[in-house]
Amino acid sequence: MTAFTINGRAVDVTAEPDTPLLWVIREHLKLTGTKFGCGIAQCGACTVHVDGEPTRSCQTFLEDVAGKAVTTIEGLSPDASHPLQKAWIAEQVPQCGYCQSGQIMQAAALLETEPNPTREQIIEYMDGNICRCGTYVRIISAIQRAAREG
Amino acid sequence: MTKSFKLHSRAISRRSFLITAGGFGVTVAFGGLPGNASGAAVAPAVEGDYRPNAWVTIAADGIVSIMSPASEMGQGIMTTLPLLIAEEMDADWDRVRIVQAPSNAETYGNPGFYGIQLTGGSESTRGYYDLLRLIGAQTRKVILASAAGMLNVPAIELKTEPGRVVHARSGRSLGYGEIAAGGPLPDPLPQATEADLKPSDQWRYIGRRDIPRVDVPAKVDGTAIYGIDVQLPGMLYGAVLRAPVQGERPEAIDDAAARTVPGVTHIVPLSYGVGIIGDTVEATLRAKDLLNVTWSTSSRVRNYTSTRLLEHYRSVAGDLSQTGVEAFSEGDADALIANAATVIEVDYMSDLVCHATMEPMNATALLTGDTVEIWAPTQGPTGTQGFAAEVIGTTPDKVKVNVTLLGGGFGRKAEADFIVDAVSLAKEVEGRPVKVIWSREDDIRHDKFRPLEAQHIQVGLDADGNIAGWRHRIVADSIFARTNAELFANAGGHDDVVTEGAHFNYAVPAHRIEYIRQDNGLDIGFWFAVGVGYTRFGIECVIDEIAAARGTDPLQLRLELLRDQPRARNVIETVARMAEWDRERDGRALGLAYSDAFGSHCAQIAEVSLNRETGVIRVHKVWCAVDPGVAIQPRHIEGMLIVGITNGTGHALFEQVNIVDGEVQEGNFDTYRVIRMSEAPEIEVSVVPTSGSPVGGMGQVGLPPVGPAIANAVARLTGGARLRHYPFLPDRVLAALNA
Repeated sequence: MTAFTINGRAVDVTAEPDTPLLWVIREHLKLTGTKFGCGIAQCGACTVHVDGEPTRSCQTFLEDVAGKAVTTIEGLSPDASHPLQKAWIAEQVPQCGYCQSGQIMQAAALLETEPNPTREQIIEYMDGNICRCGTYVRIISAIQRAAREG
Repeated sequence: MTKSFKLHSRAISRRSFLITAGGFGVTVAFGGLPGNASGAAVAPAVEGDYRPNAWVTIAADGIVSIMSPASEMGQGIMTTLPLLIAEEMDADWDRVRIVQAPSNAETYGNPGFYGIQLTGGSESTRGYYDLLRLIGAQTRKVILASAAGMLNVPAIELKTEPGRVVHARSGRSLGYGEIAAGGPLPDPLPQATEADLKPSDQWRYIGRRDIPRVDVPAKVDGTAIYGIDVQLPGMLYGAVLRAPVQGERPEAIDDAAARTVPGVTHIVPLSYGVGIIGDTVEATLRAKDLLNVTWSTSSRVRNYTSTRLLEHYRSVAGDLSQTGVEAFSEGDADALIANAATVIEVDYMSDLVCHATMEPMNATALLTGDTVEIWAPTQGPTGTQGFAAEVIGTTPDKVKVNVTLLGGGFGRKAEADFIVDAVSLAKEVEGRPVKVIWSREDDIRHDKFRPLEAQHIQVGLDADGNIAGWRHRIVADSIFARTNAELFANAGGHDDVVTEGAHFNYAVPAHRIEYIRQDNGLDIGFWFAVGVGYTRFGIECVIDEIAAARGTDPLQLRLELLRDQPRARNVIETVARMAEWDRERDGRALGLAYSDAFGSHCAQIAEVSLNRETGVIRVHKVWCAVDPGVAIQPRHIEGMLIVGITNGTGHALFEQVNIVDGEVQEGNFDTYRVIRMSEAPEIEVSVVPTSGSPVGGMGQVGLPPVGPAIANAVARLTGGARLRHYPFLPDRVLAALNA
């Protein structure tokens, strides 16, 4: 049993310690907003926050999060009211939408450290998150909008 | 001699739709999703028996359920198609709930696309456009007839407002919910004809920019359900180890180690691999790694080495003695080219590319007796029914397909191999659902790639530099030979999608298109824009090569060749204004390309710079003007064009699958390079519909022009370095610079 908190809730998970956190979140805890994209930390679709740090859950293991606080897209705000979520809707960012949980979680970490990022800072910070539909220009607009409208 | 195959016939007899009542029979897989603050939302079908037809149900509280028959993979189709019905029936969009239609081609098939449920070819809006507006108009007539009975007035005195029937003379009105609660359906049901459709100046929803997509809210808070997210009671997990070379079979399976993994319940030999069933995803993945399989070594795909084959294809393309199938011929192109003053003769090529949808292949299946229920991110529920039925030895009507959201499709999810996996494993554990998830490596290595292809284009110019004849030879394997053998045979061995886009609307006196099929055993498939993605690369670059040879502005040359095509000229002139075509840029250049594929006119200009030391191209900005005929949802159109342009840029610059002796060399995003944010161009789109034009396709329209626009920009920047091979890898760019 490994104990940690997820979206503020304490959980005990019975799984091998080297189980990727991604599968713990998705299939043990049934929080499917966090996505499997590559399994090798190359695409960012599985991004969650571990103690506030943006983390690729496919290359993080259950034992790594013992006693820590994990936040997924479902826990980013209680009612989809995070400025990024509102901006994502306002800019109609998602196409297929599959990568967007990871994009938003990555962007949320950016705004935590840099509330008013420049375009260059946004691109540098977000470059590890692939959007196969190629919604990048709208992602940039949405982050800028969220920073502006807060 | 003119010979043209029209396999994508959209000729529909408008009078052929007989709209019948009811026939729902739906159990939707998923409940509602969070909606926008206002507007329609995704929801399960409402209860109620006021069903003017199989598409619409109205509940007593006025909530209107509308079926969405196509697969939502990001193109916004689950907003666009129901909106057409809502428009004509005068539904209140805020009270519309959208329901994913069940797998039932007879009722929900695309009348313009083989009559089946298959989302692809940019055919959904085009194919359903007439039918769904008629469904909406018929619904309105049914509502009016019911209301006339309730108000005891002639139907002709009634008008509709969103969600309401109004009798102006008496000042009375009835909400659609009141009518649904109080009025029986008229018998017989009124039918609708084209005469019942609204004129475009009365549209309330079509053409509006401010109607958000209904699927977006669920995609920002984690509640959207894709195939991979399906959770069912008692569900098991499945994985499949596939052969390293397509076509090989397991000859000996040592599963001793795999069976020791806690949670693994079954090891299942399959004709094409080895399946594992277990209680958890991680157990199936561990066991898969521990399998020790001896594979057959007899597959002909072992002879497939992509670089060697492409050289061969190129030589076939240029060897005019090798004849194939004539895809199109108008005038005597050969003679006119033979007698031309100048002949431009060039080869264009493209490497294999893979889909790599962000959501890897997956499917969930549950077998009960001789029936099977499937939950999958599929573009093709009708085809899925057939393939699944074959696996369990039943008939397609015993297969129920629940279409989830798709995390990308691009043609890959029109295939059924991932569904066959799930059904094959579900067969072992009857009564329990099995969710099969592919690894990214499986997804890339076992893709149905866009074909490797070489094109040879010959253009004869007369003494004044005018085009006299155009000959286009395309050498590639066939997609339809595998996916639709009957259609391929009926077309005399021509493959309409492999050569798609070779036929253009430029005015040339003679034009000949040939398809010289190769068959090297590798499965190839439908990739974003399919053939258009490379045929327009060749064509649009050659137009610029002609312009350069003549010393003409390539924009002027296109306008000249499109002199009788006002819509085409308009998008080109519009994009030229947007980009300030005539303004010189320091260290950068502009390139133009145009396409009329998929029934929409699209012109793009790319602004590029180039590092001449490294050969790295930078695409700074792309301007795009598009005429889709009818712009049903202009903002969604812009979104789709952003997808096409960004993806098109990445595919032109980076995307490449290499196969050596049948083994795919790439496996994940560390080796298969797709475009990232730092490489994405800025994009400016202008949507310029033409009133009175037929509605065009949109899903794939943005991709074809961007590659040739980049290549043409590089040529203008460098004084003529021509890039003729996708992707434009730095060593190819350097070679072109030194040519």
